[in-house]
Order: sequence, then structure tokens, then C-alpha cells
Amino acid sequence: MSNLSRRKLITAGLATAAGASGLAVAAKLAARYGLIPPDAGGPFGAGETLTYAAQRLLTRHSLAREFAPSQISKAPFANAVYPLGEGFQRFQEGAFVDWRLAVDGMAARPAVFSLAQLKSFPWRTQITEIACEEGWSYIAEWKGVPLSHLLDLVGALPQVRYVVYRSFQPDWWESIDMGDALHPQTLVTYGMNGGELPVGFGGPLRLRVPRQLGYKSVKYITRLTLTDSLKRFGKGLGSAAPEGGYAWYAGI
Amino acid sequence: MGNPHKMQTTGQTAVTGRETNDAPPILPSVPLPGRNGRAMGTKSSMAEMRHSALVRITHWITTLSFLALLVTGVEILISHPRFYWGETGNVRTPPLFTLRIPASRATVPTGYGYVLPDQNGWSRYLHFEAAWVAVLTGLLYVGFGVFQGHFRQNLLPASSDLSPKRLANAIARHLRFRRPSGEEAWSYNVIQRLTYLLVIFVFFPLVVWTGLAMSPGFTSVVPATVTVLGGRQTARTLHFFVSGFLVLFLLVHVFMVFLAGFRSRVWAMITGRPAKRMERT
Repeated sequence: MSNLSRRKLITAGLATAAGASGLAVAAKLAARYGLIPPDAGGPFGAGETLTYAAQRLLTRHSLAREFAPSQISKAPFANAVYPLGEGFQRFQEGAFVDWRLAVDGMAARPAVFSLAQLKSFPWRTQITEIACEEGWSYIAEWKGVPLSHLLDLVGALPQVRYVVYRSFQPDWWESIDMGDALHPQTLVTYGMNGGELPVGFGGPLRLRVPRQLGYKSVKYITRLTLTDSLKRFGKGLGSAAPEGGYAWYAGI
Repeated sequence: MGNPHKMQTTGQTAVTGRETNDAPPILPSVPLPGRNGRAMGTKSSMAEMRHSALVRITHWITTLSFLALLVTGVEILISHPRFYWGETGNVRTPPLFTLRIPASRATVPTGYGYVLPDQNGWSRYLHFEAAWVAVLTGLLYVGFGVFQGHFRQNLLPASSDLSPKRLANAIARHLRFRRPSGEEAWSYNVIQRLTYLLVIFVFFPLVVWTGLAMSPGFTSVVPATVTVLGGRQTARTLHFFVSGFLVLFLLVHVFMVFLAGFRSRVWAMITGRPAKRMERT
């Protein structure tokens, strides 16, 4: 073996060892700072983790773009929804007076809120774009209670790391990390473009998460659960999206 | 086989002269007799490389990730084969143009009586994973390419080759599908150099930029990524066109490789050396 190839071999060996231990340290740090998404397993886990970790490091306090009132879309698109069934129709006929949002899980004071109660809380409006993973988009003004306000009201415990939210539609549930849950633009939304939130757009209640794509803004929400781990929910992948083959994190 | 030393007479002495001054030697421990500053074309066995290991490895990783990006990109596109200009656009707004293909969503009016199966889940996962591979590989390639002088030595055209007459000649030779001369097995001609530089430093960055401009997370940090382009839907449309240029490059590139001798060129990009029975000329 010539000197050159031996030196190369040693260098390559050292580089591999350094790379492997570097990766191990990076993985540990990433887990500690909550940079590993719940759907990190499987063939796409590496890419998904890179995307989530990179965006979380970048987006700590960033705000989704907001627009001028003149930019509100004249023709927003509601997208197709599976039939909501008779149960929903009864709520609708009663003008959603009986609609409830339960907040439970790791909270000091779990609570159930009516629409009227939610509307009495401090609210904010924002003009943001909702973009579907399919490629289309529209801009609307959304009105609602910041999710962070509800978390304060119920006394979210310090160890809460995710908020799981469920739709009236049985198989539709999602979750977000605290970066998005405490984000000022994440709204429990009940108004759109100056009026009530139409059923087609998620009325009476929709969670708007404007730093992520549309499928994280679940329509017809009925229940929020505060948790420190997503393992006990569904297949443990974080939400219904990865169970259907879609990424849990939709910031890209 | 072309004599590599011929290269010194082809008007590139200006470039090589500069290289010997400030480009870091590729293998400092090996004395290179008659070395002209290139990785390729000297008598030393190590230096008789057509392509350096870094170029070869990054070439094939990029190939794989580009194909993955292309297939998944088409799958994602099929869910909404309409394009818009500006910030917003959906099936209720007039499109800039529509691709006459069936869609994987029933909500898109296509004129076809059927809806294709939804492939967006894994396509989006793989698209972004392959994008990471392509971007990291690209950074490695550009970083080392600058460090090793790859761009100056192999890709920057000699200024004499950029005269209108010589450029016209080179283009004419390409358009007549002339097989390249023997020495072109060892170095890139001016059209290749300009094309590769355009793909590496213009189209790849553009496709990454227009892609990031569609990320609501990324644009919350750097809104200018999308506002400079004129809006999210403009970014999506540009992403489509830049990808189209990259596909065009891929087709021409593969066609040229066929023209130049497929086995020899592919072999050179795998092993670093052209195959023995290489050129018929």
C-alpha cells in the first residue's frame, strides 16, 4: 500500500467517524429542541426532518405575509368537502348556537366554549393568503380569537408541546407545535371578509395556521387537546395527514 | 484518442497561465511533468482524469435527485394543471394558461370525464427530500469547484472563444451535429461551457428560489423571496418554466452525449477516464 492511499484511507476513516458522530450529536440536539417531526420515520424522514428543523430554526417569530384590503380575493375557492351529514345540518339550522369547542388535555382548567363565548373574547383580524398544496390560493380577511388566548384561559401546562385539533368530520384531525400554537396569527376563526365564516370555508369554526398550507387549517373544529407527545394519537404520526401519505409539517 | 497537450494551442493559454499562478494544485504531492494546470490531460496516471471524483459523484447524485424532482413535480402539477400570474389564483379565477391534461382533483375543470389518482402525498415528501439532496450536492459542487479551480479551469470560456465569429462557428458546428473532435473528449467547448455555467449559476438557483417562494414558512421569514417575483402564483408559474428549461437542457445534454459516443462519455463520467475505444474520429 502506497503512502498516498494509506493517507487517503486514514483521512477517509477519520472523516467518516467525524461525520457519524456529528450526525449523532445533531440528532440529539434536534430531538432536545423539538426539531424532529412526528412523521420522521420512513424513507422520507430525512428530508422531512431537514425541512421542519430548518424552518423551525428560521421561523421562530416570523409573521406570515399580510395583505391590503384591496388584495382580498373577489373569487375565493372553498374546495370540496365530504358531506357533513345530518348532525351538522342540525347545528346549521340552529345557526350554530349549540356548537361547542372543547379544550382538554394538559390544562389546569379544561373548558368547553360556545361560539358566543368565543366571540366575546379579544379578537383580531388578519388578511392572509391560504394556499392549497395543490397549487391554488386566495386571500381573505379572517377574524377570530388567537389560539394563544385560549391556551392562557385554560391554563396550558408548561410541558405542553403540541395542540391536537379535531374536525366535526370524524377522520380529520391535525396537530401543531407550540411555535405555531402560540403564534399571534394562529386564530380560532369564526369570521371571514367582514361576515360570518361560511360553511364552505370552514364555518362555524376553523383553525387558521397561516404559516402552513391550507390542509393544516382544519374546518369545523370541535376539540383541542393539549399534549406533550403525539404518540398516543392515531398511529402516532402527528395527524391524519401522514396517515394518508401527506407530510405532517406543511410549511413548504 | 486526442492528444491532451494539443489544448495548449487552442487559445486557452491565457486561462491556463492564470491558473498556474493562483489555482491550488489538485494533487500537490504528485509532480506533474508538463502540467498545464488541468485535472485532465497530463501523463501522470492520477491526472489522466477526464472528470474529478467530486464532479463525477455530484453529477450522478444530481441526476438521481433531478429525476426524482421531475417525476414528483409532474405528479404535483397534475393536481392543478392551471397557471396564474400575480398573488392568487384558483378554479374560480381566469388562468394564464391551462395544460390540456387530466387532473388528479375533481374540482379542476379539465374536459376529461375522469380523475387521476391522487399522488401528491409521497410526491411532495420526495420532492422536498430530493430538493435537499440537490441543493446540498450543488453547494458541495460549487464550493469545491471554486476551491479546486474547476470553474476557471474547465468551465470558464477563454475570452478568445467568445468573439462573435468563433461563437457563430461553434454554434454552426453544433447545429450540423458534428461529432466532436478527439480533443473535445478532454475538455469542454465554448457552447458546453456557457450552457453548463448557465444551468449551474442561473437555472438551478432560479428553480430553488421560485420553489422557496411558494413556501408559506420560508416567505414568512424572507417575504422578498416572493414579493420580488410579483406573487405566489407568479412564482409557481416561473417554477414551471424554469423546470421546463432544465428538462430541455437534460434532453439536449443526453442527445449530445449520444452524439459524442454514449459509452465513452458515460464511462468517463463514472470512472473518470474515457473508454479505451473511444472516438471513431
